[in-house]
Amino acid sequence: MSWLNRLSEGLSRTRKQLSESLNVYFELSPEVDEDFWDNLEETLIAADFGVMATTRIVGELQDESTRKALPDGAAVMKLFYEKMAKLFATAKEDCFDINPVCILFVGINGSGKTTTVGKLAKDGSQNGRKVLVGSADTFRAAAIEQLDIWAERAQVPVIKRERGADPASVAFEVIEAAEKSGANQVLIDTAGRLHTSDDLMRELAKVVNVTRKRAASVEPTPFEVKTLLVLDATTGQNGLAQARAFNASLELDGVIVTKLDGTAKGGIAVAISEELALPIVRIGVGEHIDDLRPFDPQEFVNALMA
Amino acid sequence: MFDNLSNRLQSIFSGLRSKGRLSEADIDAAMREIRLALLEADVNFKVVKDFIASTKEKALTSEVLESLTPAQNVIAIVLEELTNLLGSEAVKLQFSPRIPNVWMLVGLQGSGKTTAAAKLAYRLKKQGHNPLLAAADVYRPAAADQLEALGKEIGIRVFRGCGKDPIKIAQDATQDAIDNLRDVVIIDTAGRLHVDEEMMAEAEAIRDAVQPECILMVVDAMTGQDIVGVVEAFAERVDFDGVIMSKLDGDARGGGALSIRSVTGKPILYSSEGEKPSSLEEFYPDRMAKRILGMGDVVSLIEKAQEVADLEIAEEEEERLARAELNFDDFITINKQMKKLGGMGSLLKALPGGEKALADGQVDEGALDRMIIIINSMTAAERAKPSVINGSRRARIARGAGVEVAAVNQLIKQYETMRKILKQMNLGADSVVKKSRPRKGGKKSKRKGSGRQQGLSKGMGRGMPDLSSLGLSKKGMSPSQLKNLEDLLK
Ligand SMILES: Nc1nc2c(ncn2[C@@H]2O[C@H](COP(=O)(O)OP(=O)(O)O)[C@@H](O)[C@H]2O)c(=O)[nH]1
Ligand SMILES: [Mg+2]
Repeated sequence: MSWLNRLSEGLSRTRKQLSESLNVYFELSPEVDEDFWDNLEETLIAADFGVMATTRIVGELQDESTRKALPDGAAVMKLFYEKMAKLFATAKEDCFDINPVCILFVGINGSGKTTTVGKLAKDGSQNGRKVLVGSADTFRAAAIEQLDIWAERAQVPVIKRERGADPASVAFEVIEAAEKSGANQVLIDTAGRLHTSDDLMRELAKVVNVTRKRAASVEPTPFEVKTLLVLDATTGQNGLAQARAFNASLELDGVIVTKLDGTAKGGIAVAISEELALPIVRIGVGEHIDDLRPFDPQEFVNALMA
Repeated sequence: MFDNLSNRLQSIFSGLRSKGRLSEADIDAAMREIRLALLEADVNFKVVKDFIASTKEKALTSEVLESLTPAQNVIAIVLEELTNLLGSEAVKLQFSPRIPNVWMLVGLQGSGKTTAAAKLAYRLKKQGHNPLLAAADVYRPAAADQLEALGKEIGIRVFRGCGKDPIKIAQDATQDAIDNLRDVVIIDTAGRLHVDEEMMAEAEAIRDAVQPECILMVVDAMTGQDIVGVVEAFAERVDFDGVIMSKLDGDARGGGALSIRSVTGKPILYSSEGEKPSSLEEFYPDRMAKRILGMGDVVSLIEKAQEVADLEIAEEEEERLARAELNFDDFITINKQMKKLGGMGSLLKALPGGEKALADGQVDEGALDRMIIIINSMTAAERAKPSVINGSRRARIARGAGVEVAAVNQLIKQYETMRKILKQMNLGADSVVKKSRPRKGGKKSKRKGSGRQQGLSKGMGRGMPDLSSLGLSKKGMSPSQLKNLEDLLK
């Protein structure tokens, strides 16, 4: 199947779900009564918004609807969608447009970091960037081989060292190689880790620090360094704890939400984006190299409610 | 965030005692808190609804309403109900007489199947089985390489097969098991979405081709509300027998476990909690219930114990220590243990004779940290076998760590000293070898009923075999040992 087909298939599914859910709100439940609010609350909780955020959002919406004397469910839902889309932090500029840039991908085990690096490598070189990927996941068995295969698919060079090597020094070498080869978009994959492991978080902070330091001294133009959290859309309330911990150790610049091709809504990403002021910069919608999409807050909210 | 549930219930009920009797409204207030805790723990909202309804009834009995400690009573009821829902008794997997038995792992992408497969194989091997790992994930790049590397680490054969047909690989793997005298095959399959028709059909086809004795679904403990739909689909299509919950070493409450159980009726069999091959534990419903409720005190106690248990020296390492074959990986482990237990200073103070070394100002508590930086610049091979570190390697290590070569030389000298200390200790005291032997025979008795709690009670002893079980505490250090230790820490 071509990526265009896949894309439109995905979109039509979203559209179908959207119209189904709108039916629920606009036709089946036009009256703004107790059931209406209960339904809305349940939809948000089921989308992994979290009970605290849900209570707050629904409460605010109730107040505002009363204050504005909104006539019906449709008007309330319109207000709801507007409010929701505003919750997301927005980026001043797309970090993939920065030139030259070095982007590190971090997150817990299996969230989709390596796959995302593969997809972005192809995307970058298609946009005319000189991409270099580096494997600072020297821990997980065959992680280097995995990235190697993605680099080959994306037809970009890869810098790697043997398994067990110090990830910070790999990152260092990656920037060095970028400087030599004139690459201007460097993507560094890191090993997955739980945010609760102090040792591993410290190790990662070192990787980021070494990268920042080396990138600052690149000639002729220093690289800007960005750190992105890769978050699995199926993650529940623990996602917020993850994001907080990664942000505290690394000062994140944004989030990529993966696996949105499943049925999980990724509602926790809203809480993360809002609380930590982190923009969602891309979304992953499949395992294929083309399954990467820009983030559109309105579309994301629509899908959340589907 | 909010306080833990016990505190919140306590505060709801406090001040009520003057009224003499709880009302239904009080119980409702308590149930609201419980609902909140369950939702925060990622229990599916439909499951929460049912659970609250049935538990409320039980809480409305006179014992609770008239009790002097209603908060405790409500919690006790909730805990009991949760534990029952999670499966009150442990479920054991049965082996069939067929050779080989086939176990198959399924799950979403990134849930931890490959790691779990290796851990399961390791566990079975310890129980006296002879497992074979089969790599039937032909989609994710390098998935088979990953399994192969893990298999090599734990000394278990991995069957990769040829071609891109997972059904054929699974079939060939069972033949390979017969040819190589393996009694159980563990098939690692590709991650798949429950809504991916083609991939779900493939999982069914693999199952039909090899007719597994046991199909296990691996579920990430951090999964949110979506879990219900996922496990329902997997239960309907591949009809798994039980669940392995992965990544429980994080701080996710793991409410998904409850949702899975109540929606599919399938038991949770194992919990996977760490990077080590040994970190696959039997599942304990009562502990999970407390974790889901976030009962602070209990849970944090358990978690603390887990931390110490995590630092438990792996058996091979322990053996190496006993043979005074210390390597730099052990150095790192020891350093971590010392940190956990309050650092070098407090540790030395606890040892007879150690106080003096401290008082003399000869102990440099930062010394170990500096060593670790150098060790981190070594390759895995160098860490495991320090004798390979020659002159040019030393120069490279020094560059990597940003220190002078002299510092690396000194570390290696210190390493030699430490080995010497260990040798001396082993000669004197009841040696580690003796102590660790009963555990080595794969005897389950030691581990049974153990899990995290045991880790706590035995924390010191198990965490520090290198010092405390060496008889130091009984005899004190000999002058030469103390001298060596002092040298080491200078
Ligand atoms: N369905 C789906 N699967 C994905 C997506 N992104 C990654 N994956 C899969 O998730 C699993 C883990 O991905 P990987 O990149 O290895 O995760 P890492 O451990 O964070 O590097 C692999 O099986 C990927 O194919 C996505 O957007 N959708
Ligand atoms: Mg990876």
